[in-house]
Amino acid sequence: MSDVTTTRPTAADAAPLPAAALHQPRLPRWTPAALAALALAAGCGIGLGAGMDSTVQWGLIAAVLYVGLTYGLTARVEGRRQAKDRLATSLVWMCFLIAVVPLVSLIWETVARGSKVLDGGFLSHSMAGVLTIQPGGGVYHAIIGTLEQVGIATAIAAPVGLLTAIYLVEYGRGRLARAVTFFVDVMTGVPSIVAGLFILSFWIIMLDNGYSGFAGSMALAILMMPVVVRSTEEMLKLVPNELREASLALGVPKWRTILKVVLPTAIGGIATGVMLAVARVAGESAPIVLLVFGSQAINNNPFEGAQSSLPYYIYEQWAAGNDASYDRAWAAALVLIAFVMILNLVARGIARWKAPKAGR
Amino acid sequence: MNDMDIANSAPADRPPGPASPDLTAAQPAPAQGIRTRKSKTTVRPGDRIFLGLSRGSGILLLVIMAAIAVFLTVRATHALSQDEGNFLTTFEWSANTDPPVFGIAVLAFGTVVSSLIAMLLAVPVAVGIALFISHYAPRRLAAPLSYVIDLLAAVPSIVYGLWGALFLVPHLGGLYGWFDTYFGWTGVLAYHDGAARSLFTIGILLAIMILPIVTSVSREVFRQAPKMHEEAALALGATRWEVIRMAVLPFGRSGVISASMLGLGRALGETMAVATVLSPSFLISTSLLDPGGGTFAQNIASSFKESGETGKDALIASGLVLFVLTLLVNGAARMIIARRKEFS
Repeated sequence: MSDVTTTRPTAADAAPLPAAALHQPRLPRWTPAALAALALAAGCGIGLGAGMDSTVQWGLIAAVLYVGLTYGLTARVEGRRQAKDRLATSLVWMCFLIAVVPLVSLIWETVARGSKVLDGGFLSHSMAGVLTIQPGGGVYHAIIGTLEQVGIATAIAAPVGLLTAIYLVEYGRGRLARAVTFFVDVMTGVPSIVAGLFILSFWIIMLDNGYSGFAGSMALAILMMPVVVRSTEEMLKLVPNELREASLALGVPKWRTILKVVLPTAIGGIATGVMLAVARVAGESAPIVLLVFGSQAINNNPFEGAQSSLPYYIYEQWAAGNDASYDRAWAAALVLIAFVMILNLVARGIARWKAPKAGR
Repeated sequence: MNDMDIANSAPADRPPGPASPDLTAAQPAPAQGIRTRKSKTTVRPGDRIFLGLSRGSGILLLVIMAAIAVFLTVRATHALSQDEGNFLTTFEWSANTDPPVFGIAVLAFGTVVSSLIAMLLAVPVAVGIALFISHYAPRRLAAPLSYVIDLLAAVPSIVYGLWGALFLVPHLGGLYGWFDTYFGWTGVLAYHDGAARSLFTIGILLAIMILPIVTSVSREVFRQAPKMHEEAALALGATRWEVIRMAVLPFGRSGVISASMLGLGRALGETMAVATVLSPSFLISTSLLDPGGGTFAQNIASSFKESGETGKDALIASGLVLFVLTLLVNGAARMIIARRKEFS
């Protein structure tokens, strides 16, 4: 710290100093932008000149040039400390850009390759009678499967999660509540394949049931519950206590207070949490591989016989390993991503629209 | 009126705050002085039913966790009793032959190595992004930008797998060739031509997948860094980087550690992305760039359909090891977060 304070003038001799003595030389504000443009141009130039065919390499050269130039220039003009600061700034910005690159690439690839075979026929036909090397076929059976499995999972997990969160916030104290909180956290980390193995050993091996959509739904419900509990808990905590007290003071029983006052206040956030959980679970494929087994034909009954689902369909088409099936896999991935992203956006929209006005 | 205790219940003790779900992991606030008047009340039936229902679902969660452990253990012991090889050291997975021979050595190696690579790659970048969002980005952009990072978490793992297998793998060949030219002498980074469907590729893919969770937890911790310390450092003339190094990072260290452990837990259990990208083999290769190896979750998903009864039990046994592993890692992460809460 000493180098920070030594150059500082004390209050006594500050007055007579001319303004210039208090100023370090500074680079103009447009310097980073100019340097970035320069580095980018140089990177492209070197890349083109050296005949590198990968644009990633161009980007890397430009990035290294930018960091080096900024550091050197700032160190000369403004001093070492400022140079370090700028170095950190550019590294932090670069971290963010690095993270955006795969996201953009992934979405771009999925849209570009997926839109090739995605049309009305793809959405309304199953794979029954279609060989994997043939073009054609569709995802109808998989969409049915996903909707039914996720629907049942939500029907199981949402009430249980909601009630658990109510217990933790409104009643919970003592050892049981602490145990529940801890295990909800631990349950968040249970790998999806382990949830699948549990249902496999319990429902299919021990109780001797066949593969079905319902078995998959139970595994998905296990994955959903902790997410629902966590988000609902957060929302219930945001409900101002005055509302509860006012209702109780009017002689309303506690359970009616919770149902009629607390829940309606937090309903927006709870809906958001449930939808985010649905979005997370809709993309799960590991339990489906173990429990639902996959099918080429439409099966509307989730309680009997194998079904398919969108993530499983993608896996299956990828495993088939030819151009026609890759096209179908990308198209199904596009459908799945669109479904999940729309759920996400709607959920966040609800959250903004119905955010509980906490007493602040 | 017998319900006045609501004023003392958990929400009153904690200030409402926009903390992330992952951070508010500690116990509900302890209640004080409300146990006194339980005896003389007549509880309404509605209340009793409602309390029973909500407590029941809490207990149901505990029962499920216990059941997972019990059922996996039962099947696993069944498998282990038939195993002709050593479960820990055998380099083979022939669970469907008679007699069955299988061991988890290769799977454990692959799981741990790929997850560690993912952590090494993801944690520095995630800390950078968290700092970017909490301290560098223009304030109005911070929320949309963190939403962009959260979108990474919304992409289903199978789509990552598809993208990894059909886009990332063909593009990594060049990079691996470069590694081989300059660092091939280490042996670890040697690369012989072929599809880059290796443990290192898995590590890169997992790194992308765990980036959002590590980022969001670290971001919340950095946000909570005491403003007074930051302002004091600024008032002494520190640059922004010096503020971060002296006031923010020391405060957030334990948070970053637990965030990376949560990420590690995710990476350990990731299934479908690994199963699509990796080309598995039951060998431990010294080179991380050459195809081969396997992970627990990937092995379960890939070899499930060809498995008979003993084969499934063997897979469940390996799943139990994975379960215990993730339980330990996640539990440790939660402990660190909870301890930190008590002190700060």
